[in-house]
Amino acid sequence: MAETFEKVYKRSHEPIFWGLFGAGGMLTAFISPAMILITGVLVPLGLLGHETLSYEKVHVFATSWYGAIVLFILIALPLWHTLHRIFHGLHDLGFHKGRDIQQVFCYGFAFAVSVFVGTILLQMA
Amino acid sequence: MTDNIIEIGILRYRPEEDDKPVMQTYEIPYNDEMSILEALHYIKDHLDSTVSFRWSCRMAICGSCGMMVNGIPKLGCKVFLRDYYPKKVTLEPLANFPIERDLVVVMDDFIKKLEAIKPHIISKKKKCLTEGTHKQTPAEMEKYQQFAMCINCGLCYAACPQYALDKKFTGPAALALIARYNRDNRDAGAAQRMEIVNQEEGVWGCTFVGYCSVVCPKDVDPAAAIQLLKIDSAKDYLIGMFKPD
Amino acid sequence: MSKRKPYIRDLPVDWWMKQLFYTKYMIREGSSVLVTIYALVLAWGLFRLSQGEVAFNAWLGSLQSPLAIIFHLCAFILALYHTITWFSLSPKLVDIQVGGKGLDERIIIAVEYIVFAIATVICFLVVI
Repeated sequence: MAETFEKVYKRSHEPIFWGLFGAGGMLTAFISPAMILITGVLVPLGLLGHETLSYEKVHVFATSWYGAIVLFILIALPLWHTLHRIFHGLHDLGFHKGRDIQQVFCYGFAFAVSVFVGTILLQMA
Repeated sequence: MTDNIIEIGILRYRPEEDDKPVMQTYEIPYNDEMSILEALHYIKDHLDSTVSFRWSCRMAICGSCGMMVNGIPKLGCKVFLRDYYPKKVTLEPLANFPIERDLVVVMDDFIKKLEAIKPHIISKKKKCLTEGTHKQTPAEMEKYQQFAMCINCGLCYAACPQYALDKKFTGPAALALIARYNRDNRDAGAAQRMEIVNQEEGVWGCTFVGYCSVVCPKDVDPAAAIQLLKIDSAKDYLIGMFKPD
Repeated sequence: MSKRKPYIRDLPVDWWMKQLFYTKYMIREGSSVLVTIYALVLAWGLFRLSQGEVAFNAWLGSLQSPLAIIFHLCAFILALYHTITWFSLSPKLVDIQVGGKGLDERIIIAVEYIVFAIATVICFLVVI
């Protein structure tokens, strides 16, 4: 006797993470090279003048409401992009076991750092 | 004219005697007009009649002669010895498929996936012949035509690391075919096909490696089809949040 | 009885090293590791900022170590690689028809690079 099975389709929740991945990836593509060049290379080498990234300037910016929003997005959003890639990259590298835990760890990491950054900005405001 | 020779290695697998595939090398006279498929015919006719491979049309439309040529998925009829000469050409069965015999692979999983997406127009309602044909403007056709050029050769599955890693993944050609029908204004089956798209093993199994589109012999661009379906799936997800069925 | 005995080939763990296209894909994905570390450096800098001037200047000072410079140069190169690959792939997500034809992807990519140049200039203007 032939049994027939109704195929059960299970909707993925990936669209949420994919949306954040896309937004973060877009931001990273447009801004990150300039940011890294400025904060990581030109300022440490003293090529942009001593006032660049001085404590007063950065503090005023970070404690303004618009500055806080800009900094939150610039620091937190790329993480939702990169941790999404790391999560899928782990599968590419052959870590096929415990995908649920890997997922919790990856997106949980992005979430934790987002909360960390948000808390600091709120405290300073 | 001096007779130039080219070496052709073929990954042999004869299930009745081999435990695993073995490489066997043949030497054939080089001819700059000879396709890889013709070279295989030369080997079968003159050197070793036991070599097995699939072929039919010899003109890149039947999609039968897909194989790995020096590690890259190609149609045997669409690449030529001159593309490789004087280097050795190594032929292997399409990657990511089980080997049936020599260059012949088992395509059952691929065919099953193609069937599952309902690759035909699902009409809104049955139309009587007297009502005439379905009408479509060139702009409406342009929306899907590129994705309709697929010849089901399977090269994109051989190129896809995500299919290699997880055979549950619906894969490039089947997803491109979903895009082809969902984007056709005569079709009303999008909701049924989106159930396949929305799954983990639907579009969300894709990490946009993009190699499927590079190897496609018909320039279908499955990677583009899948990314567009990801947008559709994300919209479908948002709608589903507010309107759960 | 069937003589069939389909042979399934194993995927080597280092499959992405065996072909340049896959290797480039993995570098693209791998760029995210350095960008993650960079975001952590910034998050840490923000934390030090909240602790006052001395702490913040100590953070700025730590960025001057040769190791930090080398890291940021590597991160810069990979971030740039991410930008290039992102721009080259993004036209595939654009579904706009102009005059019955899909929008030419060269136009989309050109617009992206123009916006990229403007964004970079703005970044410099803001900090200087």
